Amino acid sequence: MTDTSGRLFEGADWDFRTLQRIHDACEEVACGELGLEVYPNQIEVITAEQMLDAYSSVGMPLFYKHWSFGKHFAFHEASYRKGLMGLAYEIVINSSPCISYLMEENTATMQALVIAHAAFGHNHFFKNNYLFKQWTDADGILDYLEFAKNYVASCEERYGRAEVERTLDAAHALMSHGIDRYPGKKKLDLRAEEKRAGRRRQHEEEVFNDLWRTTVPTGPAKSRSLLSIERRRKLLGLPQENLLYFLEKSAPRLAPWQRELLRIVRHIAQYFYPQSQTKVMNEGTATYVHYRIMTRLHEQGRISDGNFLEFLQSHTNVVFQPEFDDPRFSGFNPYALGFAMMQDIERIVTRPEAEDREWFPDIAGRNDVMGVLRDVWANYRDESFVGQFLSPRLMRHLRMFHLHDDPEERAGIRVDAIHDERGFRRVRRELARQHDVGFIDANIEVVDVDLAGDRRLILHHHVVKGSQLNETDAKRVLQHLADLWTYDVTMIEVDANDKVLREYVMSPRPVTVAA
Amino acid sequence: MAIHIIDRRLNPGGKSLENRQRFLRRAKSLVQGAVKKTSQERDIKDVLEGGEVTIPLDGMHEPRFRREGGTRDMVLPGNKKFVEGDYLPRSGQGSAKDSGPGEGDSEDAFRFVLSRDEFVDLFLDDLELPDLAKRKIAETESEGIQRAGYTTSGSPANISVSRTVQLALARRIALRRPRKSEMDELEARIAECDDEAERADLAAQLERLKAKAKRIPFIDPLDIRYRRFEAVPRPVAQAVMFCLMDVSGSMSEHMKDLAKRFYMLLYVFLKRRYKHVEIVFIRHTDHAEEVDEQTFFYGPASGGTLVSSALQAMSDIVRERFNPADWNIYAAQASDGDNSYSDGELAGMLLTEKILPVCQFFAYLEVGESGGSAFDLSDSALWSLYERLRNSGAPLSMRKVSERSEIFPVFHDLFQRRETQEKVAP
Repeated sequence: MTDTSGRLFEGADWDFRTLQRIHDACEEVACGELGLEVYPNQIEVITAEQMLDAYSSVGMPLFYKHWSFGKHFAFHEASYRKGLMGLAYEIVINSSPCISYLMEENTATMQALVIAHAAFGHNHFFKNNYLFKQWTDADGILDYLEFAKNYVASCEERYGRAEVERTLDAAHALMSHGIDRYPGKKKLDLRAEEKRAGRRRQHEEEVFNDLWRTTVPTGPAKSRSLLSIERRRKLLGLPQENLLYFLEKSAPRLAPWQRELLRIVRHIAQYFYPQSQTKVMNEGTATYVHYRIMTRLHEQGRISDGNFLEFLQSHTNVVFQPEFDDPRFSGFNPYALGFAMMQDIERIVTRPEAEDREWFPDIAGRNDVMGVLRDVWANYRDESFVGQFLSPRLMRHLRMFHLHDDPEERAGIRVDAIHDERGFRRVRRELARQHDVGFIDANIEVVDVDLAGDRRLILHHHVVKGSQLNETDAKRVLQHLADLWTYDVTMIEVDANDKVLREYVMSPRPVTVAA
Repeated sequence: MAIHIIDRRLNPGGKSLENRQRFLRRAKSLVQGAVKKTSQERDIKDVLEGGEVTIPLDGMHEPRFRREGGTRDMVLPGNKKFVEGDYLPRSGQGSAKDSGPGEGDSEDAFRFVLSRDEFVDLFLDDLELPDLAKRKIAETESEGIQRAGYTTSGSPANISVSRTVQLALARRIALRRPRKSEMDELEARIAECDDEAERADLAAQLERLKAKAKRIPFIDPLDIRYRRFEAVPRPVAQAVMFCLMDVSGSMSEHMKDLAKRFYMLLYVFLKRRYKHVEIVFIRHTDHAEEVDEQTFFYGPASGGTLVSSALQAMSDIVRERFNPADWNIYAAQASDGDNSYSDGELAGMLLTEKILPVCQFFAYLEVGESGGSAFDLSDSALWSLYERLRNSGAPLSMRKVSERSEIFPVFHDLFQRRETQEKVAP
């Protein structure tokens, strides 16, 4: 133990110099010893009210105005005031510089924990994980949000708040189906997006000539019925699972600004797409990193024993995993599972057992913990991470088992596999599947448009394992979809054998006659 | 590596305020319904307090495609005794309480907290003061003065030095008045100069500058500006509310309670409109007295009934303490309608000649026993008197109430925003 550098802080109080010292010390460990690579950090100290503000706008520092955020704010505020809900210690934003919000009432130990967790753990993950690299533009996001906010505001000025709200309501309802799941032609460049929108509007204004509208006869369209199904599908880019993209490009009667709004909502949904796929990894990484950093700082004597105990208590609370029959149980805690798996990998790399050598020949006994972990953090998402690195030992330790609940089965819920030699692989596969967005979200796609007839839009929901859509919600979402499409919309739920289970038809509401 | 630490705590709060307002506007009818319901349950004193309301989430729901039902697979931690192939009974809560549908259903009623202002706003949203602008514009306003720019004439006390100097400076620059520094410089050069011819030349220049400086004064009468004041009508921001009540033996507790509720509503309402609201309680039997609130509602009293005594007392108090030019005067009278027959004429005279001319609003509330059958009989003495006055053009508002639940509707009815104003004005 070296006590040369002295304590970073004493007791619970902190000031801005303390934060700076903590950050520098964490950086020394994170970048020096752990070899992390991070975006520049920006640390912002905020109040509880500001934290609530951030909650209601999905954690982003600036966002366009919409009533639903007000609703969430009112809801969070009510439960916070009643003491039903504690607030997070921090929020971190995947941007460059990486912004971490710290609550002002945290103690000095908590601030150190949070800085290590967010400003280094999450930050490294954001910068290096392939999903974030592929799907998000950390440099551009804040500018883009600024643009989105101003654009929505200017639309409200030009076209009226009610109109904008209606479009945004509809777009929000479809947000979960406004995502490209496969990497497209090019990486999103959010800064260019902003310029593009401005240019397009300018161009429209420059070339506007009312004569085109009033004098050039449109005449009867070319015989559309001649379009073969194949050609039609190709022209419209069908089948298409990104509903917002499809509407933006193909909805016949949307005004340009409405298309731009759909685009904004779609881009934001896309920005959050990696986060939903990496909850376990992201939190696991951050938790592992803060644990390593704090332990090291304690070893160096920069954190006193008392403060370290305080840290351990918070840490233990964070990684607590209640068992399935515990009243507190609500699924796997991503912090707990992620941290346990990271530690398990550390064990496999440094102190492998025979079983580990058999299951993980690549990494067992390689002794380069950080090298292996950095590689894992960069190249996996929750589904593949669990599928590859959940070890039998950890399954035994957490006593995992797999239940199969078939409503047809009279006898009850079957225990399909448990943590034994025969069950390891099946349990692991099922757990991986639980983290696969492909299975979590309903598989809905646009399959056809009746161009020759009444322009009806046809969607399919491919039902997996008999799980159909909630009827009330489905109708409401389809209503929004029909409002944007401005013609009838049909959705058919089909099972794996193409058997039709259910059909919804919605017509647009009359108010939404596009201008 | 560079790091920025930013203190955001001092940033202006209320970032979500606009979103919240949008939410409230959208949920307005729902919230308003909830507010009215909440306020009925409450003690009327607490009506102003704001607080938690619950609205159905239906109209505010944000739909998503959600799946439910079907076969489900789940991996859970904490196995204690199961082995592969076991069956767990499905009944009851069992073990499978996670990963369920119905997450969205659990919040079908939405609770949140309204601030005091929001609460009262919604509570009184569709009400307004009766006919104020039309009838009483002269009385509701008094003269005040406020700054209104500058003027070229005025009293010396009002000279605006800064504006005057500013204009003078502009004029001197525009006319190129030689500066003192220029002249000093010339003088210095003259003093240093050896050449006779040059010196004469410089001296001539200096003379020209001096002459010019004399022609262009440092401050010209043209430059002078005075601060201008303007008289503006200023609304009177204070109101007094007279509560008149008959406390003779015939008034039951129930009737007093009805009256009290009405007064409280009126108070809440006036409080929204005026910075300062005073309340005067006058109770009467066959004689009237000004009392405090406790005595007014709960003090025992008995005797006959002479309404004119209360009207006289009110008129005296107005004369002594509340000059109608400075105060907006509201009066609400509650009574069971009894009045001594001989008093009618005097009361009518006092009302039309002394009280109504100075009042913004005079409401008469006739309270009856719960059940209200009495009202089906003939009109009471006071009611017929007031009705006669109203028919001959007196600006009176009058209503009958016998149930607690009628108070708000009646109040609402008296103050609601209307296109065709009730004939309160002559």
